[in-house]
Amino acid sequence: MNPSALPLDPPSPSAIGGVCTRVLRQTGEAVLRITHLTAGTLNFLGQVLQSLGRLLRGQSQMRAKDLLMQLDETGPRSVPIVALVCGLVGLILAYMGAAQLQRFGAQSFIADLVSVGVVREIAALMTGVILSGRVGAAFAAQLGAMQANDEIDALRVMGIDPIDHLVLPRVLALTLIAPMLTAMGALVGLAAGWLVAVSTFGILSADFIARSAQALTVNHLLVGLGKGTVYAMLVGLAGCRQGMASGRSAQAVGQATTQAVVRAIVWIVAAASVLTVLLQRLDW
Amino acid sequence: MKAVAAALVTVEGLSISAGGHVLQHDLNFEVRAAEVLAIIGGSGCGKSTLLRSLVGLDAPTAGHVRYGGTDLQAASPAELAAVRRGFGVMFQAGALWSSMTVGENVMLPMEMFTKASAEERTQRARKHLADVGLADAFDLDPSALSGGMRKRAAIARALALDPPLLFLDEPSAGLDPPTSAQLDTLLMSLRDGQGMAIVLVTHELDSVFAIADRVLFLDAQTHTMVPPASPRWLRDHGPTAVQAFLRGREAHSASPASEVAA
Repeated sequence: MNPSALPLDPPSPSAIGGVCTRVLRQTGEAVLRITHLTAGTLNFLGQVLQSLGRLLRGQSQMRAKDLLMQLDETGPRSVPIVALVCGLVGLILAYMGAAQLQRFGAQSFIADLVSVGVVREIAALMTGVILSGRVGAAFAAQLGAMQANDEIDALRVMGIDPIDHLVLPRVLALTLIAPMLTAMGALVGLAAGWLVAVSTFGILSADFIARSAQALTVNHLLVGLGKGTVYAMLVGLAGCRQGMASGRSAQAVGQATTQAVVRAIVWIVAAASVLTVLLQRLDW
Repeated sequence: MKAVAAALVTVEGLSISAGGHVLQHDLNFEVRAAEVLAIIGGSGCGKSTLLRSLVGLDAPTAGHVRYGGTDLQAASPAELAAVRRGFGVMFQAGALWSSMTVGENVMLPMEMFTKASAEERTQRARKHLADVGLADAFDLDPSALSGGMRKRAAIARALALDPPLLFLDEPSAGLDPPTSAQLDTLLMSLRDGQGMAIVLVTHELDSVFAIADRVLFLDAQTHTMVPPASPRWLRDHGPTAVQAFLRGREAHSASPASEVAA
């Protein structure tokens, strides 16, 4: 007789109890972990808001030169990669959209699809995702390395608030630069869509521009730029939060960097979902 | 007879721990003006943790650290910031801010807490760097400095606001003997010339005998301190294990704190 065909013994009550205990313990640990994580994030957010309040009251320890340096780090240096990705995504959107619309003889609506899609959603989303990989990860790595080298403690012990000095310029720089990067990404995406429409699907250039102008409203523009700003702020907060909470080893800094990117992307997607539904409901 | 100077820092019933383990308990001592107090003890006895508690970076599990009338544990953020501007700290690896030049590192505290003009800040930073033998390092990045130079630059930064009190974590560790001797000379000149109090954590016995007025021994076995005394007195008349430590042999079996208590 094949031993594998033998009927299994029913699990003993003690084994069932052990499994239940393990499941309960793991559930409890997960709940505690999530609670701790959420409390830490909310505490960090509170500190950033307090720091922003000090800035508005003229009591901040943030230096203007640090903000300018971060603007330079996050803005101009992100332009090529944002342009490349937004251009390619605009091209894909136009090509796939036109191919589907062509089946119904409606390829002239490609301009509506590309202009509204890119300006309202795609440019902001892609800019946010790129910034999370390029800038958010850099923030986490910089601050994590500073934590490991006692540089943040050296600030604290001198009475210099690390949130004012390190976090606020980074988050502000990213928030200020985001509308410009998003607008630039949208322009490049539109240009890529126009290229596909004109060169592949025979749409007249003037028709594309006219339809785009007709389809796009100020609301679309404001929503796109607003979303880009919110996503960039989330990237900045995620990067700085992970960097400031990093451990003091090289491994911990690596983990903080990875978590910064993952967290930023999750926050962006969650924010995109909420904003999209909310703005549609508000008929914006 | 030399008069006892006023206490700048008073430590009362302090207990410190790390990772859930008690490192030291019931620490009572004071730091006086114009003295060098060396904190010594075997590895893992809590020297650096004690230093972090003294400067308010780690919260003790019990007890108080008072600066004048301010209890560090009960201080408001504004009081804490004011207390912190009254002392300088040098971390074990220097902890220079890597995004700034050496000169900017020294100037940042002045920029934050004084009304000195940019020119005055530059002059003062150059002077502090010259005092520690780094006159040519003003425009260098911290990454371009050797370990010993980083420590000296960190001391220059700690001196930026001319504080009356300096905390140094292993200032001589990893330095060659001539550089270590130069550092000792610098610390003595700060004590004797400016009346500065210096608290240093160290393993370097040569430095302890060269510059320390008093030594605080932390016992890793009993988790208590031996009351501060001069290094020579402790070497010749202190508890057996402290004598052994100060003669260059680690304490293993004896428990000096209990001997003192006895």
